[in-house]
Amino acid sequence: MPQALDRLKETPSQTAGPYVHIGLVPSLAGVAGVYPADPGGAIVAPETPGERIRIEGRVFDGDGGLVRDALIESWQADANGIYNAPLDPRQGRCAPGFFGWGRCATDFASGAFAFETIKPGPVPGPRDSMMAPHICLWIVARGINLGLSTRLYFPEEEAANAVDPILRRIENPQRRRTLIAQALETEGDGRGYRFDIRLQGEGETVFFAT
Amino acid sequence: MSDTSAGDRAVSERVGSNLRPQADPLIPRDHAWHPPALAPAYKTSVLRSPQRPLVAHEATLSESTGPVFGPESLGPLDNDLLRNYALDGAPIGPRILVHGRLRDERGRGVPGALIEIWQANAGGRYRHRNDGYLAALDPNFGGCGRTLTDAEGRYVFRTVMPGPYPWPNNVNDWRPAHIHFSIFGSGFGQRLITQMYFEGDPHIPLCPILNAIPDAQAVEQLIAPLDMAATAPMDARAYRFDLVLRGRRSTYFETRPEGN
Repeated sequence: MPQALDRLKETPSQTAGPYVHIGLVPSLAGVAGVYPADPGGAIVAPETPGERIRIEGRVFDGDGGLVRDALIESWQADANGIYNAPLDPRQGRCAPGFFGWGRCATDFASGAFAFETIKPGPVPGPRDSMMAPHICLWIVARGINLGLSTRLYFPEEEAANAVDPILRRIENPQRRRTLIAQALETEGDGRGYRFDIRLQGEGETVFFAT
Repeated sequence: MSDTSAGDRAVSERVGSNLRPQADPLIPRDHAWHPPALAPAYKTSVLRSPQRPLVAHEATLSESTGPVFGPESLGPLDNDLLRNYALDGAPIGPRILVHGRLRDERGRGVPGALIEIWQANAGGRYRHRNDGYLAALDPNFGGCGRTLTDAEGRYVFRTVMPGPYPWPNNVNDWRPAHIHFSIFGSGFGQRLITQMYFEGDPHIPLCPILNAIPDAQAVEQLIAPLDMAATAPMDARAYRFDLVLRGRRSTYFETRPEGN
């Protein structure tokens, strides 16, 4: 026998279940007063520089039915492509008031989710590449045994999207389109985008394994 | 692809002279250790499981980094479910401590990690607008808690033992008693949600959700043993539940200004 590698195994995942709100967005479950606010509601602060954007969408199952008990988390860089995280050595230059992480459950009635944030900048990728502006999304719900990872890219970034090393991992160009948000006509400040997530079947969203 | 170079230029102009950041990359996830997306005995997974293969790519800065939650974002009772919702007394049910250590696959403690939990009360009823189970709500129990791991990755919660409850899957399926855990590492790619089960629960071998995990050893990794040594005498029994997140690979041969 060779030496043992002496690695631990990752804790196996289990579904978040239908009552995920109690733990992660308690006010939606009807659990009031334990935390001052549901976590993940402020991706940016009012003083954070950057183009204001609103992302809205819905989650669909394999029958085209609305998934009304999903929870989505987002993680993104600031307008200059810098993450507010100690593992980004540029963190000291991150925009003021920028947190970068958000959490939103789909609405029990309409199935809609929405994030208010700023548009991220391009982020350095593997081997001297640049990744187009993108927002990482993580989706959990009853019936999802392991959280699903995907990315939202922006329709007006055609040139950057064309050379994005992660989008280029997707062989079928039709499938790449599932990750490009749709621009919405908006009134007032900021741009709006629609990003629907299809868990299964026609137009199935690309999900990633890293 | 004729516009590739134009795209490169457009991107680099906006980024300017940023240093190229280097976070140790995450070790690829072993998907065979997790339950598959499609587990037909767990019926809800049938329409909520992607059919296309996951597109694999190495973790980038976007997965290697993640949010940091400071102690200022937590309240003093957040990890004490016996008190954080109590109105006029203690919740009903067996008092327990749930404690353990959060490590990565290389065995290193993960400090400062946010762990959030939620659970049913002792009767198996959730305080949730969509739970209509017959068992009574407990006016002194909310069922959520959170904490940050200490410098060595340790955590502790105080709560009541949750009850088993029936759920609509087959006609007569019951969930084993369990506590839901949500865990952040230092990278968004380490994000994990799981469930803790209790040693000796006869519902464990019957549960379609738990048994979606292919490997028996992986199932055992979710079953917390009674930990008499950590039990508070005349107060609360203890269960120990250790957690492991994806690790990071050391980049021995890449040129890095800060060394390895």
